[in-house]
Amino acid sequence: MTEVRNELVKKRYAAERRFKFYGAAALTLTALFLAALLVDVIIKGIPAFHETSVEIDVKVDPADVDPANLPGGNYDKMIKEAFRAEFPEVTGRAEKKALTGLLSTGGADSLRSMVTADPSIIGKTVTVPVLLGDDADLFLKGLLTEQKTVPGKATLHIARLEGEEGFVLTGDTTGEAAEKQLGLTPGDIVRFKGGAVRVTGVQNGYLKADPVLPPDPSVSMLDAGQWDVVSFSVPEANRRINDNQALWLDQLKSEGRVKNSFSWRFFEAGDSREPELAGIRGALIGSLLTVLVALSLALPLGIAAAVYLEEFAPKNKWTDLIEVNINNLAAVPSIIFGLLGLAVFLNFFGLPRSAPLVGGLVLALLVLPTIIIASRAALKAVPPSITEAALGVGASKQQAVFQHVLPLALPGIMTGTILGLARAFGETAPLLMIGMVAFIADIPQGFTSAATVLPVQVFLWSDLPEMAFKAKTAAAIIVLLVVLFALNAVAIYLRKRFERRW
Amino acid sequence: MNAPVHHQTLVTPAHPKALASGQFKVTARDVDVYYGEKQAIKDLSIDIPDRSVSAFIGPSGCGKSTFLRCINRMNDTIPTCRVTGDIKVDGNDIYDPNIDVVQLRAKVGMVFQKPNPFPKSIYENVAYGPRIHGLATNKTELDEIVEKSLRKAGLWEEVKDRLQHPGTGLSGGQQQRLCIARAIAVNPEVILMDEPCSALDPIATARIEELIDELRQNYCIVIVTHSMQQAARVSQLTAFFHLGTLVEYGDTDEMFTAPQEKRTQDYITGRFG
Ligand SMILES: Nc1ncnc2c1ncn2[C@@H]1O[C@H](COP(=O)(O)OP(=O)(O)O)[C@@H](O)[C@H]1O
Ligand SMILES: [Mg+2]
Repeated sequence: MTEVRNELVKKRYAAERRFKFYGAAALTLTALFLAALLVDVIIKGIPAFHETSVEIDVKVDPADVDPANLPGGNYDKMIKEAFRAEFPEVTGRAEKKALTGLLSTGGADSLRSMVTADPSIIGKTVTVPVLLGDDADLFLKGLLTEQKTVPGKATLHIARLEGEEGFVLTGDTTGEAAEKQLGLTPGDIVRFKGGAVRVTGVQNGYLKADPVLPPDPSVSMLDAGQWDVVSFSVPEANRRINDNQALWLDQLKSEGRVKNSFSWRFFEAGDSREPELAGIRGALIGSLLTVLVALSLALPLGIAAAVYLEEFAPKNKWTDLIEVNINNLAAVPSIIFGLLGLAVFLNFFGLPRSAPLVGGLVLALLVLPTIIIASRAALKAVPPSITEAALGVGASKQQAVFQHVLPLALPGIMTGTILGLARAFGETAPLLMIGMVAFIADIPQGFTSAATVLPVQVFLWSDLPEMAFKAKTAAAIIVLLVVLFALNAVAIYLRKRFERRW
Repeated sequence: MNAPVHHQTLVTPAHPKALASGQFKVTARDVDVYYGEKQAIKDLSIDIPDRSVSAFIGPSGCGKSTFLRCINRMNDTIPTCRVTGDIKVDGNDIYDPNIDVVQLRAKVGMVFQKPNPFPKSIYENVAYGPRIHGLATNKTELDEIVEKSLRKAGLWEEVKDRLQHPGTGLSGGQQQRLCIARAIAVNPEVILMDEPCSALDPIATARIEELIDELRQNYCIVIVTHSMQQAARVSQLTAFFHLGTLVEYGDTDEMFTAPQEKRTQDYITGRFG
């Protein structure tokens, strides 16, 4: 008898232990997935919050600026000329283009705003931080290729090949293989004062090399320490910065003229085809306007519907039907609401495409059932004794509801509403249907101007081939998550703060 | 109007003062109450005198609360509930379609089983009723009503320094007295109490019972109680309910010493309950 009982007790303990283990395992796995996702997004996104610019001394040429039209000056030309002047040895057309190609197409903006702010600098030489292009930016952040620079260990002799472009490199001792003496392998770049060559191959104990930055013809011998070996982990053909550009950037960096700063631009600019100029301001404002429309519609409608259904509506099969349908509506895939918006708001009512107004209308429909359900739950949670108390002292039903029940339900309603808004804020699919998915560079000015929203911006950027947009995508996701977490935090705070136990 | 047709279950109250004046505060004739198909009150008639305490006793489920809630039409809030027959307060039919329920409930106040103060300050709890009925024209008058009501409810001394504290922070007994003060604040003439002490400890119960005894001077009080001792202590008249009918209504002392009905006898001697 006791044996049987012991057996049972043991079994029960084992079952309880097993259950605890399953629970813990499930939790750990979920936490791991979530952590992996977050870490990945953060690592990818952080670089996008920084931008790289190079300081250039620019002479503000009065010939290029019309004092009557300061913003219209030819700043681009000034910047490019000044930048070329920094590298006088660069002469070829293609090289020059490669050089100025490092700068962002919006690089002149900083000079323009400087001159516009202070026209007295016209004619003077000023140091201007010029934004670099996305590829240069990525290279300097170390995201394009790893770069290794080691000082040369032996004396290097360099000679021009007769009648050819190339050079030969040899060590001090003849007879011994040059690559051993110099520690070079094909692909390495030998950089020295006045030029750089790329090792292309080995021949008869000496090394053949091609010019990267055409060397000064007077240089024929370099002592150990006078030259560097630069090597990149990604071969030139596979990266968007060629060796010349990489060396120029490296030079600027070693001169301390490359500045890495927090990218306010990311929060202040609208979308752009140039990754380094693209920001989320437009999408954020678009989201804000859209959610504002959704909120100002869905909240009063939702609360009114909930109050009526919960407190005043007769309980009959019609209200039952409505209740069932509201619950069904909450489960309808969001894209259906987008189709509805397209058919009703755009095609029937002729409202503008891509507008926050229409987006807000669609999202209002989307979150309305959620708000109604949450509000009804909150109203239901207020004990009937409160209504009875109010009725008991001679309050009308309406007074009881609006002066007692609704205020007590409001924190719960707010919590539900905020969670509904968080859902609306993160919604993409229905907005695609009403054209909020276009490339829109301008920051929306109102409820009817073309706009996109943050999650759609993420969607748009994630589709672009430029590597820099991958970082932008991750950064936009971070902003989106921060907003959503903040909304949820407010909801939790409200719930905790006003939570009541009866 | 015809002379009242006394149903056989109606026992004319033996309360001397009320009988002498011939005035009853609440009168009911042939009242039936249904919850959907189910009948909760059968053919009930009663005359309740003013300035007295009437206790409703009886086994649970016999319809005491149901009838009590008919007197201020609290049953209106239950959609399935249907009341037929005649209930009059001061001779006015309260189920007359022209009657304003809100006015009726101000006149016939109610105190519930579980103390249910509003989750607001003590002051607001008492001031709410006078405010919605426009009983005070300014803050001073309102303050006076609040103080007077709290004094009548025997709570003033305990809470006068913390009127702005939440009413829900008081002890159970204090909360129930706050609810009584809240009911008194709108100048009711009848106060209905549905087992007001069932959630309270004996000391708090004693306080409420004292209070009920004081309030008797000015109000018609009807109290439902599951405790026969309480009925004996606080009431002058007792009504015994059984299975939805009023078995007997009469002088409390007589009821407990010499009940006229066998069923009452059985109940008060504990043969069923
Ligand atoms: N809201 C209601 N809906 C349906 N039946 C009810 C409701 N309230 C009370 N009843 C029924 O009416 C009868 C009388 O209830 P009640 O008046 O609460 O009894 P008591 O207060 O004497 O214990 C009981 O049978 C009870 O089940
Ligand atoms: Mg009861």
